[in-house]
Amino acid sequence: MLTQMMLQRLMDHDRGGWVFLAVLLAIGILVPVANLLVPADSFFHIPTYTVTLLGKYLCFALLALSLDLVWGYCGILSLGHGAFFALGGYAMGMYLMRQIGTRGVYGDPELPDFMVFLNWDSLPWYWYGFDQFWFAALMVMIVPGALAFVFGWLAFRSRVSGVYLSIMTQALTYALMLAFFRNELGFGGNNGLTDFKDILGASLQSDVTRVVLFVCSVVALALGYLVCRFIVTSKLGRVVTAVRDAEARTRFIGYRVEHYQVCIFTVSAVIAGIAGALYVPQVGIINPSEFQPLNSIELVVWVALGGRATLYGAALGAGLVNYIKTVLTGALPEVWLFVLGALFVIVTVALPRGVIGIWRQLRLRENHG
Amino acid sequence: MINLKTLVVLAVVTIPSPSIAAFGDDFESVVNALNTRSFDDKLEAASRLATMDHERVDVVLQALIDGKLYKKKGDDTVVVVVSLEGGGHQLTDAASGEDLGKVGRRGAKKISVNNKLRRQLKGLFASRQLNVDDPQARIAAVQAIINAGDVSLREILLERREVESVEDVQDAIDVAMVVFDLDSKDQATKLAAIQASADNLDSNVRMKLTAVVSDQSLDQELRDAAASSLANIEGLVERYRWIETLFFGLSLGSILVLAAIGLSITFGVMGVINMAHGELIMLGAYTTYVVQTLFPDALEYSLLIAIPAAFIVSGLVGIAIERGVIRFLYGRPLETLLATFGVSLILQQAVRSIFSPLNRAVATPEWMSGSLEIVQGLSITYNRLYIFFFALLVFATLLTILQRTRLGLEVRAVTQNRAMAQAMGIRNTRVDILTFGLGAGIAGVAGVALSQLTNVGPNLGQGYIVDSFMVVVFGGVGNLWGTLVAGLSLGVVNKVLEPAAGAVVAKILVLVFIILFIQKRPRGLFPQKGRAVES
Repeated sequence: MLTQMMLQRLMDHDRGGWVFLAVLLAIGILVPVANLLVPADSFFHIPTYTVTLLGKYLCFALLALSLDLVWGYCGILSLGHGAFFALGGYAMGMYLMRQIGTRGVYGDPELPDFMVFLNWDSLPWYWYGFDQFWFAALMVMIVPGALAFVFGWLAFRSRVSGVYLSIMTQALTYALMLAFFRNELGFGGNNGLTDFKDILGASLQSDVTRVVLFVCSVVALALGYLVCRFIVTSKLGRVVTAVRDAEARTRFIGYRVEHYQVCIFTVSAVIAGIAGALYVPQVGIINPSEFQPLNSIELVVWVALGGRATLYGAALGAGLVNYIKTVLTGALPEVWLFVLGALFVIVTVALPRGVIGIWRQLRLRENHG
Repeated sequence: MINLKTLVVLAVVTIPSPSIAAFGDDFESVVNALNTRSFDDKLEAASRLATMDHERVDVVLQALIDGKLYKKKGDDTVVVVVSLEGGGHQLTDAASGEDLGKVGRRGAKKISVNNKLRRQLKGLFASRQLNVDDPQARIAAVQAIINAGDVSLREILLERREVESVEDVQDAIDVAMVVFDLDSKDQATKLAAIQASADNLDSNVRMKLTAVVSDQSLDQELRDAAASSLANIEGLVERYRWIETLFFGLSLGSILVLAAIGLSITFGVMGVINMAHGELIMLGAYTTYVVQTLFPDALEYSLLIAIPAAFIVSGLVGIAIERGVIRFLYGRPLETLLATFGVSLILQQAVRSIFSPLNRAVATPEWMSGSLEIVQGLSITYNRLYIFFFALLVFATLLTILQRTRLGLEVRAVTQNRAMAQAMGIRNTRVDILTFGLGAGIAGVAGVALSQLTNVGPNLGQGYIVDSFMVVVFGGVGNLWGTLVAGLSLGVVNKVLEPAAGAVVAKILVLVFIILFIQKRPRGLFPQKGRAVES
């Protein structure tokens, strides 16, 4: 009863959201079936490689969703959201590293290979507890959330906004990238964390594990959508939108603008961290290049292309751009950066509301004409 | 050419009983005269050889000293050999340098040298080297004598010191004297040398002093004196290192200023972050490369051509960006940021497609290479020095434009209050175009300077956008003096932190520092005043 009311509130006047959830449900059922139950020589069979690729897109979609929450609804253009994604990924990677146990090259039951290689004799304190899944899962949310909270609290309290904030977030992810490249930090330096064996006792190489991870990504994206939708339709969300549209006015009315900004920023970082944690076991590696400023800024174009402040538009954009990227980097690697660059220009100059915006406009014209 | 007097003196001193050997005056017959059993005759031939002005004299003498001079079986040609693996010899005609092919181990016989003769030969060789025209070669010869550590050559050095007129060579000989005296067996000489070397930064001297300090068999007095001299030297080295760090910091700072100053005016005037600014720098660097490729003969002047060329190229690209993209996005700074980022990706990939993703080599003209030695042990490279002054020059020019010209007046007016400026009849569009062109052009000029310091590749500009933005924010938006102070001080702080913390940590610390600084002073070191600022 209660859930029904909740859903009604969330999904009222949200036809796009319904479609989005329906599509998610469909691929969440059809893809596993096509992979596991349809025989390999059938036309409808989906190879495991494609399942993992789709899973990757879903993680990116969740990441895009988290950015849309801060950028679309709160007007904070974060150019460092990739950092939260990577931090979540590292937390998951640490758990997977500890699961390798004695199966590493050096066979050390306690230390990951790269630590043995660097002649470390004991585990650094911040690696403690990562052999437990529940602890790692907690850290996946706490670490990005805490960083976002501290950074946001410092930044929003002194009213850093606009391009200043954007460049600051870019500097943040840049600094983290430099730090994670260092061997001394204890996260594998250049090579990052890789060579994972299994998760919760199930081999990462098996088809079933991959499909389960894929389904987890579908569920996470759906839940992420509902959470974001819940936030933006709540009173909190209304205030946040007001902050986006007229920060000074909202402040004068009596709201503590910075509290709302920090809150949204932190929630968004937690979602980004979860996306990263789902991403790492599927691609099998996490390294400092995930912190590259380019990654974070590319993520902005996903959201912009899909359509800001629509949530499902962000997910759509993520899938679209990444599909183009997969095709182009395979066939014409030279052209990819031209296309990405052109996307940035075209979307900002000609499509301020993204693909979803065009579609809405067309429908509007139909209805009137 | 060769100081004959010295050689004559030397010949008289070192040859006890000059025997008369019959040989002609041409180089080849003198070389052939080396092929004799008598060591005295060999010495005479070698002495004669040392006075000759022939390009192969050094080769032959060196080969004789090293025991590489042989006579070929059969026709008794004097040859220089290189021993091959497996026992054979590679022969070269000593007189002509002609390649005579390979022979077996027994195909040539060594022209033997005893210890006494070898010593005398070394003296001959060293004095010949010491008497060449080029001062640099003389210094190299002195260095070689120091490294050989051959005390017997001390006298020859002293003689040369008497007639030497070039200061640098004199200094080098003095260092050699100190090094020899430090090895002296005589207590008083040794002590004097130790005390005299207290401000000598030569690495040979330092090595000798360290050896004296740790030598247990020596007098305590000597060892104490050496220790105090050593401490003094280390103090000097430390002080010079600080000066050097400061210079490197200022050099890095001047580059930051060059990179940031264009960004500062465009950001100040239009409130627009041009993310393609780094790529405009890169275009300037590539323009230098193209200029050098087009005019390979005019390398010395290439930079003078490249500076205006880069200004024009980057300036035009900048204007194109303004007209093609930014114009549509005024009042939407975040969108501008994204769009210009897209432009930067396109420019990068364009350069990668045209010039290949590999780095391109940009040559440094003669007048910019080398280094200026202020005192011994403290030298700074010319390229960094020139770039520092160039940055100041660019800064002064820009300051003059902004303060003294009509355009500058309009730019400042638009920076302070766009709407009011327009109301007063200033054509904002024109100001925007010109400002953007100017800022972009300066980025191009910065690229010319950078091409002299780093590799020119498609990613050259990428690293500079965050740094430049930091400088602009730290100094205060739209404030040239702020940019100068911020750039130089950030450069120095970076370099001072670097030795203690490592380059990466230093960079992170600076970033963190700026993030915290913004908390306290969101408008930078020198905030703009006026009501328009808040809007």
